[in-house]
Amino acid sequence: MYELTNVSKSYRKGGTMIPALQDLTLRIDDGEFLAVQGPTGHGKTTLLQMLGGLDRPTSGSVVFDGRDLAEMSEHELTDVRSRSFGFVFQTFNLIPTLTAQENVETALVPVHPDASGRRRRAMEELEAVGLADRATHFPLELSGGQQQRVAIARALVREPEVVLADEPTGNLDEAMREEIMELLVRLWRDRDRILIVVTHDSAVAARASRRVWLREGRVGAPEGVDSASV
Amino acid sequence: MFWTYLVRELRRRRRQAFVVALGLGVGIGLVVTVSSLSSSVGKAQTSVLHSLYGVGTDLTVTQQGRPGSGGSARFGFGPPPSARPGQRFTRDRALPSPGRQAFSASRVATIAGVDGVGQAAGALELTMIHFTGTFSTSGGGNGFPSSSAGGSGSSSQQPPVNVSTYTLDGVDVSALSVGPLGSASLEGGRSFRTDETDAAVAVVDQSYAKQHKLHVGSTLTIGGTTFHVIGIEADSSSSADVYVPLARAQSMGDAFGQVNIVYVKAASASAVSRAQSGIEAALPKATVTSSSDLASQVTGSLSSASSLANDLGKWLSIVVLIAAFALASLLTVSAVSRRVREFGTLKALGWRTRRVVRQVMGEAMAQGLLGGLLGMVLGVAGAVAVVQFMPTLTATLGGLGGFGGGGGGGGFPAAQGGQTGGPPGFAGRTVAVHLTPSLSLEIFVLAIVLAVAAGLIAGSIGGWRAARLRPAEALRRVD
Repeated sequence: MYELTNVSKSYRKGGTMIPALQDLTLRIDDGEFLAVQGPTGHGKTTLLQMLGGLDRPTSGSVVFDGRDLAEMSEHELTDVRSRSFGFVFQTFNLIPTLTAQENVETALVPVHPDASGRRRRAMEELEAVGLADRATHFPLELSGGQQQRVAIARALVREPEVVLADEPTGNLDEAMREEIMELLVRLWRDRDRILIVVTHDSAVAARASRRVWLREGRVGAPEGVDSASV
Repeated sequence: MFWTYLVRELRRRRRQAFVVALGLGVGIGLVVTVSSLSSSVGKAQTSVLHSLYGVGTDLTVTQQGRPGSGGSARFGFGPPPSARPGQRFTRDRALPSPGRQAFSASRVATIAGVDGVGQAAGALELTMIHFTGTFSTSGGGNGFPSSSAGGSGSSSQQPPVNVSTYTLDGVDVSALSVGPLGSASLEGGRSFRTDETDAAVAVVDQSYAKQHKLHVGSTLTIGGTTFHVIGIEADSSSSADVYVPLARAQSMGDAFGQVNIVYVKAASASAVSRAQSGIEAALPKATVTSSSDLASQVTGSLSSASSLANDLGKWLSIVVLIAAFALASLLTVSAVSRRVREFGTLKALGWRTRRVVRQVMGEAMAQGLLGGLLGMVLGVAGAVAVVQFMPTLTATLGGLGGFGGGGGGGGFPAAQGGQTGGPPGFAGRTVAVHLTPSLSLEIFVLAIVLAVAAGLIAGSIGGWRAARLRPAEALRRVD
């Protein structure tokens, strides 16, 4: 469970501070599928990075399972990331020199020292996303949808409590988008995890159990909708 | 995962990895070649000095001769009463080495008693002039034809007289470990026995033996005495052409009980300077020369090659190495910069910074070691090529024991038969030196150390760059 309280984040650009998140307060319950929507540059990805322990807020607290990520050392954050969070990126971010199976294994390297155990788990997860037959293929030998499925397998292989997906269908065509979202939703239901998806796509967001809109770094309402009705 | 990732990454950017390895290879190869050349030249210098003065010799003691004092001819030069015109003759004339004054052999004992001296052995170095020809048919004069300067004079009226010179060392057979035969490796036969103090036996230098078709068991006539060749010395840059027992040389040189050089071995390496000053104090007129003095007096192309290897070669190697190290570091940093998103992703997945740094360091080290291997191959090839294509070097040893002017016999013609050019102690004694590639374990260890250092430097800089990456910033970067 997440508890974000008065989270602000600013970036220095040139001589001025650009606010990305402003006094944001948000609670995310276990088992929730949350879609974060909003225009480009309004803080969606920044919020995802706060939730994933990839960045720290300028002020406020990001409490996950009773511990404030903002107060953790780099070492502790790395530990939490390696055990509790799985990431899915818009551009897949697979290592081009490693096969599909080896890419999935990279997520197990920090927590699973046994190489044969890693290989077995990676194969199980590739089977779960329907890519067992492509285990030895390199990313460039796979389609966009297949690459994203490998990335999803990598995010799920260590059974994280939270899966954070940043525009997971942003680089895919419509058919592939449906396929990937079906997969994510199925895995979320089967495994009872928190799934947080940042997306522009309302069709993707429509599958979520809850949606939040970010505007100028604050939780608000979509354009044309009164925030009081959200 | 570490090795798989490392090998695949290097394979992916194999062109860049090859450029880095080649750059390091050239730098390390140059170091190997220069080190090998330097070592070869050093060994050649040592070999020249050792062959001239013996491996165990730390000091030599000589006494400068007065100008014009060259000693007297031992063997008569006039025609015998029975000489008939047209009859062939051979004559030998022995001269003490010019510039060297003979002194009593009792001084060897004086030197041996000096503090710091371990062992001392006296020797008599002679220059032999060998005449062959035919008694004049025209009569008159001394019956000999005149000889032209240069050794093999001839005229239309008179038959030719051949004049050749060679060097002869009388050695103390009871102390062979010190002196010119101390380092001798024999190609055949044996060295002197201690009981051969006055035996008519000789050890002959390899080149001289080849030139005069001598071998173990053959005979050599010097001043009417027949010497049996008992050994052939293998070193082509030895100090003399012929070695005989000291007493025989003293007899030929009319220098009974005298020597003109004493070879000294110090009691220990640290006692050399003490022994030198002790001898100088005991024998104020003597010239005491140490190995380092000798080394500094070696000139000629060998010396130039030494300077070239030590000065230009060293600096060239350093410059190329720095350039190669800089290239490796820059390309490693560049590779890390291109992989910001990749490393950011790994950090997001929970890879610790040290694991990412280790991966970068591993890749740099692999490139460094590849460069080291390439460097060894290039270096060995370079060392062999340099020795193969380098013109024959010469070492000139000048000024040893001073210069006493011409010999007592009014000087002598230029050497004709001796391959070493002139007698010991003569300015400009020149020997040909053939270099062989010197590739020791140390040189290969140096190559590996440089390769590891290059990998560490490039890897550290690349690793530092990778360590500073924050995952959020890395993922924000759009390729």
